[in-house]
Amino acid sequence: MEIPKSFLGYKRENGRAGTRNHVIILPVDDISNACAEAVANNIKGTIALPHSYGRLQFGADLELHFRTMIGTGCNPNVAAVIVIGIEPKWTKKIVDGIAETGKPVEGFHIERTGDIGTTMKASKKAQDFVMWASEKQREECPISDLWISVKCGESDTTSGLAANPTVGNLMDKLEPMGVHLCFGETSELTGAENVCATRGATKEASDKFMKTWNAYNDFILKEATDDLSESQPTAGNIAGGLTTIEEKAFGNFQKIGSCKFIDVLEPAEEPTKGKGLYFMDTSSAAAECVTLQAAAGFNIHLFPTGQGNIVGNPIEPVVKLTANPLTVKGMGEHIDCDVSKILSREMNLSEAGDELIKTTLRVANGRLTCAEALGHKEFVMTKLYRSA
Amino acid sequence: MATDIIIHDKKDNVGVVVIEKINPKQDCACWIMEDDSSTNIQSMDEIPLGHKIAMIDLNEGDTILKYGHDIGKVVKSIKKGEHVHVHNVKTKKW
Repeated sequence: MEIPKSFLGYKRENGRAGTRNHVIILPVDDISNACAEAVANNIKGTIALPHSYGRLQFGADLELHFRTMIGTGCNPNVAAVIVIGIEPKWTKKIVDGIAETGKPVEGFHIERTGDIGTTMKASKKAQDFVMWASEKQREECPISDLWISVKCGESDTTSGLAANPTVGNLMDKLEPMGVHLCFGETSELTGAENVCATRGATKEASDKFMKTWNAYNDFILKEATDDLSESQPTAGNIAGGLTTIEEKAFGNFQKIGSCKFIDVLEPAEEPTKGKGLYFMDTSSAAAECVTLQAAAGFNIHLFPTGQGNIVGNPIEPVVKLTANPLTVKGMGEHIDCDVSKILSREMNLSEAGDELIKTTLRVANGRLTCAEALGHKEFVMTKLYRSA
Repeated sequence: MATDIIIHDKKDNVGVVVIEKINPKQDCACWIMEDDSSTNIQSMDEIPLGHKIAMIDLNEGDTILKYGHDIGKVVKSIKKGEHVHVHNVKTKKW
């Protein structure tokens, strides 16, 4: 198949391109959720991103909070942003971070005004933003404007046999075209960590990966109250035939095809070394991982599943694929790309990769994903430790 | 020809059932992905889609190989054709 060289995206002020055109109402902290949701309820076409944190955090945990907030606002799938926080200082910090992209952003703080007054002021601005954004048109963008993140979930053995290698096949075909790629899931590479380290493009990248994985493993060994067998693999994984974390890890690892990663990113860190594959230190919980990847600037997500994970994200479209025919039969409304014919050998891996490229481009051009149509917009902040 | 079981790598001592289930005493056609070769096995157990079958007899302490890599250890001996899962295999990680 000849791979199209372009897609139809929204060109942003900073040179990036979006696959979506969202106007988001971003609460800085948990107690500003109500106001953000009131604004989104008032002004049609906007979306609030409520979450659970943002108070009394400190150190690296607070830095990650700001990085995720600012990164989410900066994502090219977002046209404009309203930021609402309880206090002026942290609200402004997030507004200033997002403003560097050149996109419209305005902050409101609730203290001294209250929810109702803030909702009124923010709603007026949100209306201006959404009406402005509604005139944006999709334009032809080079395929290298795609930043593709990947993560698998509710995996079973069909993930490692077919769905994950399909993503790997797509990576092998799109990497030479200059796209950015990102995989994560530090915990679910356990058992395959040494093999994964050999896939660093440089010794520096390999070493950085092992350092990241070792830090995670030390934490697990320190905090685990049992042997983790209840959590990794999950009950869903085991029902699907996965027996050990090592088996899950080698299946997981099929997603990167034969690509090598050029750098290791902190959670929600924007890649800065140009095109190519990046590893990001993330949890393997689906919504946390996708939220971090979206905050790093990735504009379309590929999500292979076995037993049928249903996750979505408010700003980054999540494309689901599966090779499990029972999942296609039982919950087909969640599956954007069916590659189950690989198992019956009616389709080979390269054909499956081509199908996934076609689906990815249709979604990049504007086709809703199943998760979008079903209203999945899980926005889940990663928290590193308890608050002060 | 229809495939009942897929094996990733020639070195693997387990295969994965890729039809809805296989029944005890069923003669199964296996496809080895690595070199596109074929083999056969008779199952001993009922094994559902996605679950593993032992391609050889395995003793306690043996290593399970899948994708050509170590994915855990045998904790209860397994006969060729039997179901391989959490009841007879455990991680080496914890």
